[in-house]
Amino acid sequence: MIAELSDIWVYLARDPLFGLTLTVLAYLAADQVYRRLGMHPLANPVLWSVVALALVLRGTGISYERYFEGAQFIHVLLGPATVALAVPLYRALGTVRRQWRGLLVALPASVLVASLGAVALAGALGAGEATLASVAPKAVTTPIAMGISERLGGLPSLTAVLVILTGILGAVLGPPLLSWLKVRDPRARGVALGAAAHGIGTARAFNESPETGAHASLAMGLAGVLTAILLPLAWTLMG
Amino acid sequence: MLPMIALLLVFQLAGEALRHALALPVPGPVLGMLGLLLALALRGAWMRRRRADGAVVPEALERVTATLLEHLSLLFVPAGVGVVTHLSLLASEAVPLGVALVASTLLAVAAGGLLMARAVRRRAS
Repeated sequence: MIAELSDIWVYLARDPLFGLTLTVLAYLAADQVYRRLGMHPLANPVLWSVVALALVLRGTGISYERYFEGAQFIHVLLGPATVALAVPLYRALGTVRRQWRGLLVALPASVLVASLGAVALAGALGAGEATLASVAPKAVTTPIAMGISERLGGLPSLTAVLVILTGILGAVLGPPLLSWLKVRDPRARGVALGAAAHGIGTARAFNESPETGAHASLAMGLAGVLTAILLPLAWTLMG
Repeated sequence: MLPMIALLLVFQLAGEALRHALALPVPGPVLGMLGLLLALALRGAWMRRRRADGAVVPEALERVTATLLEHLSLLFVPAGVGVVTHLSLLASEAVPLGVALVASTLLAVAAGGLLMARAVRRRAS
């Protein structure tokens, strides 16, 4: 009986379906916990499903390559999902027309501080080149950040984790920081959270008010586009 | 539904092709997103000129994008798990990365919030 079970296990672990199924189940479980905990940023479902899956791979000795043979069927959807971001961005264009003066200053400032600030600090503290290229796009939404990281010679999977950690930091520390700085306008709070902490900051902004959330999702989209254009240029200029 | 999935893929493919043809540093899917945004803006302008009824974003496109974006977070997981292949790098550079993430995130929130608040106040007064 035990031998048969282990035979089945050996067979299943080799099947690409295993990585695919495990990913969806881990995410569903993490998402349930996240909802139960009132969508607290620290309970972020991506972070915890990544941690859980990493532990499973380590415990079972399945290599990442084998896991990815199945999980890639989810991964390929990132491209079309990035293109799909055009629809919410199109909806938000009315806000751009009303707020363009503020956005024109606040967004580039936030984008440059987030990316070049992180690169300068990590570089000064001795991080290597691949790490610097991986941390540079950490403030923007994951699909865009991973694309930029790849273009800069970074490690897209490291970027994915850094992006999520940034989102959690921004969502947890951002609102108290903004209150301490006496930034009370919902539009300003939304832009700050969306530009610096992408989707996770945007989810937090929607907890404050719909207006804050709408400005956050707009800022997230524009910051992503802006970073995708500015950062590779800055990278080339800096050599 | 299927035509709209094809539409997203065509825009992505066009973005990749444009990136390769012009050797652009911007990721292909981002160019695809900008292309779709431009297409929607043009369609909106055209519909306003014709005073045409109906939504600028076709309902089928709406459904497909809503489905994709509703579970957007799931799509990051396979790549995120790849961090297991960089654990030693992550451990040896944990301090520079930790400091850089916390400090740059706080500064970016402060910069975005203060500048936007100032612009909003100016416009009101």
